[in-house]
Amino acid sequence: MDTTIEGGFADLVLGAQSVFRAVMEALARPGSVQSIASDALPPAPLAPELGAVALTLCDHDTLVWLDPVLAANEAVVAWLAFHCGAPLTSDIGAAAFALVSDVALLPALDRFGQGTDEYPDRSTTVVLAVGAGTRAVTLKGPGIKDQFSTELPLPGGDFIEQWAENRTRFPRGVDLLLVRSGTVVGLPRTTRISEA
Amino acid sequence: MNIAKYNFAYLDEQTKRMIRRAILKAIAVPGYQVPFASREMPMPYGWGTGGVQVTASIIGPNDVLKVIDQGADDTTNAVSIRAFFAKVAQVEVTTHTEEATIIQTRHRIPEAKLTEGQVLVYQVPIPEPLRFLEPRETETRKMHALEEYGLMHVKLYEDIAKHGRIATTYAYPVKVEGRYVMDPSPTPKFDNPKMHMSEALQLFGAGREKRIYAVPPYTEVVSLDFEDHPFEIQHFEEPCALCGATGVYLDEVILDDKGGHMFVCSDTDNCEDRREHGHRGKLAGHALEAAE
Repeated sequence: MDTTIEGGFADLVLGAQSVFRAVMEALARPGSVQSIASDALPPAPLAPELGAVALTLCDHDTLVWLDPVLAANEAVVAWLAFHCGAPLTSDIGAAAFALVSDVALLPALDRFGQGTDEYPDRSTTVVLAVGAGTRAVTLKGPGIKDQFSTELPLPGGDFIEQWAENRTRFPRGVDLLLVRSGTVVGLPRTTRISEA
Repeated sequence: MNIAKYNFAYLDEQTKRMIRRAILKAIAVPGYQVPFASREMPMPYGWGTGGVQVTASIIGPNDVLKVIDQGADDTTNAVSIRAFFAKVAQVEVTTHTEEATIIQTRHRIPEAKLTEGQVLVYQVPIPEPLRFLEPRETETRKMHALEEYGLMHVKLYEDIAKHGRIATTYAYPVKVEGRYVMDPSPTPKFDNPKMHMSEALQLFGAGREKRIYAVPPYTEVVSLDFEDHPFEIQHFEEPCALCGATGVYLDEVILDDKGGHMFVCSDTDNCEDRREHGHRGKLAGHALEAAE
């Protein structure tokens, strides 16, 4: 099989529509786990969910930043070029989308595009493939009734402090989509995370 | 014969991606107006091109669509937009609020409480709440960036100075999540409290002005006011003349040229539903025939 031209949505239109609705629900209801019903099959190490989100949202209008592992993989770059046609950038602050295939490769959040006070929408949306490990956290903010205690596959280390800083930059800041095994969890910049 | 077909939901895929990206940013920054490259639609500006583009970008084959115009399912704008999506997206349409997954609205929020599975799409003429106070986009953008909303309070204060009360009755400005002042579109201020902590996602599309904004579910939406002149909604002296409902928004209907008039529900679905359940107003006449 030709890994470049195979592996897109079987149904371009409805494939993108269903993935978009999952992503929209994920960002509108932070912390909720939305399932991505997608038949996108990009070449490894680009996770199918990363590929599905890229097919849904990226095109010639969006600069895309890839983590160093993805960027060095010719098959991944060729697949994205063929299916999305999105220009790649190594300037992390200029990217509209960042695709990150492993939490270990996630740069500090303040390196991504933050938008400006006048145009906070000109920021990076980070799509991160996460592993199986979860952290017990409590979420608050728009989209959440009162508060929501849950287990989320968040990155380790100082991620929660970084996210708190991201929150203080509001309305600037990055939005995060966590994907794994057919699901997506959204964390818009408005969400406050504390360890439960 | 093979004739050319429109893409599902009319818009091409690149346009949908562009609008979808704007919707996601709008959800992430509640109340902030995201610029988008509004397209020409097969209807004139002012007929809901913004709302139609938002609906076209989110709708899928499993959605059930309801469209209302000033609360009514049976007026020209509502009927034609409903027919448009029935044709270009082959979706199921309904007039019943609780059956709908997407409700596109022009200037009302249904009386029935919206729930988690629903999305309310507003058609917005002028998305910028500060526009009539400051015509320059460069300036209003700066005012939003700096959270400089004093001018809006001056406007409300001038209302009080002139009329003794805040005379704004529709498009009543709100503050979203304590940050952005937002135009709720020209809904009567009666509907403002329904936006606060709504279970449904609310999306706003302004086609001519090329802006999309959003209020996520469970988000604080506060109508601007003063301590000594608190925000109030409209109250009606009499119940709906057809279904006897109180605590709903009513339209005045002129009956003759001798001053005769009646007040009826603006939300036609709510009114019909009540009449089917036996509620009768003073001008209800005979019982409503069961809907076919």
